[in-house]
Amino acid sequence: MDALTLARLQFGITTVYHFFFVPLSLGLSIIVALMQTIYVVKHDEKYKQMAKFWGKLLLINFAMGVVTGIVQEFQFGMNWSEYSRFVGDIFGAPLAVEALVAFFIESTFLGVWIFGWDKLPKKMHLAAIWLVALAANTSAFWILVANSFMQNPVGYKIAASGRAEMTDFFALLKNPNVWLEFPHVALGGLTTGAFFVVGISAFHLLRNKTGNLDGFRASMRISLLVGTVAVLATMGFGHLQGQRMADTQPMKLAAAEGLWNAEDPAGLSMFQIGNEADRTSIINIRIPSLLSFLSYNTLDGKVQGINDLQAKYEKEYGPGDYTPPAIWLTYWSFRAMVGSGSLMFVLGIAGLFLAFRNYFNNGKGKWLLWLLIPAIILPYLANSTGWILTEVGRQPWIVQGLMTIDKAVSPNVTVGMLLITLIGFSLIYGLLMIADIYLLQKFARQDMSGSGTIISWSDKDEVTPTENKARYEGAY
Amino acid sequence: MDLQTLWFILIAVLFTGFLFLEGFDYGVGILLPIVAKTDNERRVVVNSIGPIWDGNEVWLLTAGGAMFAAFPNWYATLFSGFYLALFLILIALIIRGVAFEFRSKDANPRWRSLWDRAIFMGSLIPALLWGVAFGNILRGVAIDAHMTYVGSFFDLLNPYALVGGLVTLTLFILHGALFLELKTDGVIQERARNITRRMWLPVTILAVVFVVFSLFQTDILTHINVINVLGLILAVGGLLGTGYFIFKARYGRAFAGTGLTIVGIVALIFGTLFPRVMPSTLGFDLTIYNASSSPYTLQVMSVIALTVVPIVLLYQAWTYWVFRKRLTAQSHLEY
Repeated sequence: MDALTLARLQFGITTVYHFFFVPLSLGLSIIVALMQTIYVVKHDEKYKQMAKFWGKLLLINFAMGVVTGIVQEFQFGMNWSEYSRFVGDIFGAPLAVEALVAFFIESTFLGVWIFGWDKLPKKMHLAAIWLVALAANTSAFWILVANSFMQNPVGYKIAASGRAEMTDFFALLKNPNVWLEFPHVALGGLTTGAFFVVGISAFHLLRNKTGNLDGFRASMRISLLVGTVAVLATMGFGHLQGQRMADTQPMKLAAAEGLWNAEDPAGLSMFQIGNEADRTSIINIRIPSLLSFLSYNTLDGKVQGINDLQAKYEKEYGPGDYTPPAIWLTYWSFRAMVGSGSLMFVLGIAGLFLAFRNYFNNGKGKWLLWLLIPAIILPYLANSTGWILTEVGRQPWIVQGLMTIDKAVSPNVTVGMLLITLIGFSLIYGLLMIADIYLLQKFARQDMSGSGTIISWSDKDEVTPTENKARYEGAY
Repeated sequence: MDLQTLWFILIAVLFTGFLFLEGFDYGVGILLPIVAKTDNERRVVVNSIGPIWDGNEVWLLTAGGAMFAAFPNWYATLFSGFYLALFLILIALIIRGVAFEFRSKDANPRWRSLWDRAIFMGSLIPALLWGVAFGNILRGVAIDAHMTYVGSFFDLLNPYALVGGLVTLTLFILHGALFLELKTDGVIQERARNITRRMWLPVTILAVVFVVFSLFQTDILTHINVINVLGLILAVGGLLGTGYFIFKARYGRAFAGTGLTIVGIVALIFGTLFPRVMPSTLGFDLTIYNASSSPYTLQVMSVIALTVVPIVLLYQAWTYWVFRKRLTAQSHLEY
């Protein structure tokens, strides 16, 4: 493999991996802050237990997000030095602002929150978790300011030196992509946090026979509501992003639809097996006119195809291949994302309906609880495939219309060096994932009372509170 | 003063904050297996930096981000050039950060000793490599006309840079031992005290060797200015003060002494570099001018940084105040 392929693979792996943790931190920090707010307002110990219970899971996840984020900040310079030189003037600024206004608050007040339960007045301690939640989401905002420039460059000029230079900082902030990407990501994070809480609460409602389930019932209610609203809103902003994509990144849309040639009106592909080499479809099941409708809110309207756009870009930018690599990946990522989102919405509505009718308090609706446990994976699937669609679909551009990816890679980083770092990061990331999941499932199965009882998957009761307490007390 | 100079100073300040704060974190991590013999002692040691280590590390992330924003060519050349060294630092910071959070969340002794080793190695590697990196920057590396580093990983492991690495390593151990002396009591405090007494001489000898070595390996003699002379005075004064106060058992002042030494060393390095950011052995120096962003970006970033940094200092100082108490074996431990 050549250096460019390895550098791309490394960026893909480290970024998708990093983004396993980020959305949960974004959303769960808000949910924990909400729970603690109810505790401080209502003086109800149940909500303190809830904040502490979910807070433990948040911290395990947060640590992974923080350390994998360091790699993100440094690998632009390491693997993509030419990109860094070309856009550093613009791209570096939001990253620096992120560190200044978000990372400092997040890390400092997370420490205050973890260690401050007994050292600070209640309200000040509550402010700490809100600061963490707000800073985490602010951090996402600045990252998306940077990313939006890659999708839709604004507020810049190309200087005599050939580098892109910032001309208007506020244009970067006002980039319409930012105001679609940021709500989409933040609400996606809230969805992730909510379905995480819902799934684990469902486990306890099903299997926890001895503990007090009030905390899990309350967690379930809050998170079903938050999750259902959030996933609907996420899909709404996703839809607007799709319309913007039709305007500013038509090639990405064409790839996401596997649309080889322009159509008017264009149908929405539901299932396609294509031949990328010949740029033809073998099987394609479509709903007529729907793609036009989704793109333009009318039943007709021309949606450009891959072949038309390729010809157009050759005229505009000179000879070259302007189609994204692995169109199947963009196509199926889009469907996995939308599919997971829709499924979450259906599950959320069903859950709200049953919760509203008090089913979960009466041992009814178990079929849905069993579905909600594996549904924890849905937001993760949607988050990862969403970014794959966004980033792979933009290729071969690294900055849309300004720089292609092959010009961006570090010239002095060899295949051997890339192999060392790729294998090294993958190995460490793999091992850490095992440790992370081990801890998450262990703490997720603990009773909320703090007795240290671990709830088992099987019906055979293995509860031994004293032994478990001795074993796990160390944690908190 | 032009904006490039302002940002050069700001990045020096960020690195000073990082090395001062994370310096004692690294020291505490390296000393973990030495000053703590039982699990509870190890927990006390880890908890002594528990609430603050992450905030301290953000100084590095901010320095990196500031470098990217203000001097993209410096960021690009340094990070692609010191590639494998940075990879090792990244791996170290990853396992170390996770280890603090994970170690006490399971009582299995093998689990805990695994993460304790991660804390030790994750602190040792960067403590050494930051010195190696700064030694190389000061000495100059092979940078070609395209601002690209054309040397190899092993070129970075020259004797001079390695001495630099040993200076930061030993200095951080001393700095960390003094921090532990101030934050713990009983047997851990006693062991930390012993280490401060034993570490002072090696640090001082290595620092002297480094300075003398610098006369031959760098162009410091042709770049003497107020800043690096002041830095040298601070570093020497700091070290002498540290020795004196360790002898007098005034550990708070001794800790201020190692802190002053770190400030002095950063001033010495950045003062000598100025206005270069990465001298080249091939004659293509990176300077604050050819590596910098546009004046507009620098203006925007200056407004933001000069507003935000003082606020950061205030609330970080506040957290040190909140968690100022010594930890004892009976303290409630979170990590």
